Amino acid sequence: MSSPDGTAPPDRPDGTATNHADPAIEDLVHENIGPTPKFGDLAEQHAEHEAAQRSTEVMTETGVEAADSTPAAPETRADADRELALGPVGHLGDRLFGGLARGSGGLVVLIVAFVGIFLLALAIPALADDKSSFLFSRVWNPGGDNPQFGIAALFYTTVISSIIAMLIAVPIAIGVALFVTYYAPKRLASPVAHAVDLLAAVPSIIYGLWGILFFAPILRPVINGLADALGWIPVFEKPPGDDVGVVFTASVVLAIMILPVVTAISREIFAQTPIAHREGALALGATKWEMIRTAVLPYGRSGVVSASMLGLGRALGETVAVLIILSVPNGNDPWNPSIFAGGETFASKIANNAAEFDSPEKTGAYIAAGLVLFVVTFLVNSAARIIVDRSAPGAKRPRRNRRASAAEGASA
Amino acid sequence: MTAIAENKPAYDGQVLDLSGKSGARAFKNTLATVLIVLAFVIAMIPLLWILITVIGKGYHLLLNADWWSQSQRGITVRRAGGGAYHAIMGTLIMSLITAVIAVPIAVLGAIYLVEYGKGTRAAKIVSFMIDILTGVPSIVAALFVYAVWITVFGFNRVGFAVSLSLVLLMLPVVLRSTEEMLKLVPDELREASYALGVPKWKTILKVVVPTAFGGIVTGVMLGLARVMGETAPLLILVGYSKNINLNPFSGFMGALPTMINQDRTELALPNAADRVWAAALTLILLVLVLNVLARLVARFSAVKSK
Repeated sequence: MSSPDGTAPPDRPDGTATNHADPAIEDLVHENIGPTPKFGDLAEQHAEHEAAQRSTEVMTETGVEAADSTPAAPETRADADRELALGPVGHLGDRLFGGLARGSGGLVVLIVAFVGIFLLALAIPALADDKSSFLFSRVWNPGGDNPQFGIAALFYTTVISSIIAMLIAVPIAIGVALFVTYYAPKRLASPVAHAVDLLAAVPSIIYGLWGILFFAPILRPVINGLADALGWIPVFEKPPGDDVGVVFTASVVLAIMILPVVTAISREIFAQTPIAHREGALALGATKWEMIRTAVLPYGRSGVVSASMLGLGRALGETVAVLIILSVPNGNDPWNPSIFAGGETFASKIANNAAEFDSPEKTGAYIAAGLVLFVVTFLVNSAARIIVDRSAPGAKRPRRNRRASAAEGASA
Repeated sequence: MTAIAENKPAYDGQVLDLSGKSGARAFKNTLATVLIVLAFVIAMIPLLWILITVIGKGYHLLLNADWWSQSQRGITVRRAGGGAYHAIMGTLIMSLITAVIAVPIAVLGAIYLVEYGKGTRAAKIVSFMIDILTGVPSIVAALFVYAVWITVFGFNRVGFAVSLSLVLLMLPVVLRSTEEMLKLVPDELREASYALGVPKWKTILKVVVPTAFGGIVTGVMLGLARVMGETAPLLILVGYSKNINLNPFSGFMGALPTMINQDRTELALPNAADRVWAAALTLILLVLVLNVLARLVARFSAVKSK
């Protein structure tokens, strides 16, 4: 028995109870109602249903679960939808409201597309006039007859400050997340989690002010110590002059700002560690730390990685705190790669020079820089998303089952 | 038999204690505990430090009624007096306009993801785009609006342009939280409604959304709290005005972040410094009140899922 449009395979290898139920209903509909305009819907639903069933079968692979868990659920859903589609009541309302909902979904896609398209459209003319290499030049002089601008220096400062921020924030965030999930007393855990979340509620301009006025001075000995110990590496070489507005200070403040993001996601993923894994470790005599190292951390690894990527994305785009903290080097000074020197990131450069957006050429240069920032954060955030999707707890278990069943098969 | 018995290590009469931990393992365990607690303490220091600093330096101007009712009109950095009324109103007006635009789109978008597009390819694309939007830096959102509003359409720098860029930042926050809340609504409620012959759109509006209402309100408040503190769009899309301007479609407008930014270079002057910290405290208070309200609403209106 195959459906008229041939979407469903005629024969299916496994003979579970549900396989015949759906085509039977479809046949019934076919005989009684005949090919109505709604028939396409039904066939589609049928195909969808089958696809869903097949995917669950693939996921569980053993086939045992598929046989006893799937039959009821998709069946009732499909029935409910069918009932609705046939009813004349509220047809117009449904179409209007559904259209509105769909439109809003589409609008989100359009907005993101527009952001990319508009930035690109305004950046291209400026890039065409650029007399130096946009990607590799460190000069930024977009006005005049001979505009020259390159993003190399901006890119360097943006990336290095964000990476240092991540290196500081991630270990602390993991510690806080573990503290909340496995160390803090039950009654304390939730207030503590909220307190860390409050860090995210402090506006970034206040981080900037606090960072430059109160935090930078206490970092001075740290900076001097690091420069003394590692000064032979150019990145750690301290330039003359006691400047507090250095990349390193900005990085530490950025680390504080991304801490809540990384903590929140790590916390969630740690809390989801299957209780069987944890108790298994403890039952084998593991200490609490060994339990965490052998059960919790491996389970949460990909979640922590994607959380760090999201934090990195946040740090790359942070504007005002960096703008306030970083001292802008003089135009004539030679470029200094040290993290103990000042500098500018994409975001701080754009915000610093908002007053310069007077001619299309100049604006175009800044928009081109913004476009690069958009692309970089886009890539980082997409990477985070891909890792999340691949390692979602739902997707993880079947893979483990597969390995387990393969091992079983081998031993049997 | 005897050989095996002989090879067996002699039982020395001591109780074999398997529950104990060797010195190194116990030490590692203690060390890890100390480090983890330390990480938490380190994380709390900046929060407490910032709060104490801002409250200590800013509270006394807030006790003055003028702070809440007057603008900075005609007041220079060297003079005392005036208030933050213009900036508070500016911040509130811009974020309210943002909410008016962003919330309907966000809620409808979430309804699309949960009720209409579930599992379809289109929904996956929408969902991916929301993630991208979540990651868009505020400066890029501001540049985009600058590109459209000022470069392409030739309009002026006004408060409404700021609201437009804040929409990009608020939309994903509200949409995601609404989506989570709608997902929590039990299917039994929907099915009961369908069984009574209620059409889908009415089921959503009268059953699903009211059930998740508390969670949606929480998301809106968190979204508002996020956009209120944003400074980058204000720097690019509207000028700071010391005068009261309640019209978002014309003229420059004051806002708390730009009020802080205005005087932060003059912190050596006591009057300017006072105002900077008072404005910072006002901003933190606004954001914190929204956050706390959001948590309270969330606590008292959680969807009870079985």
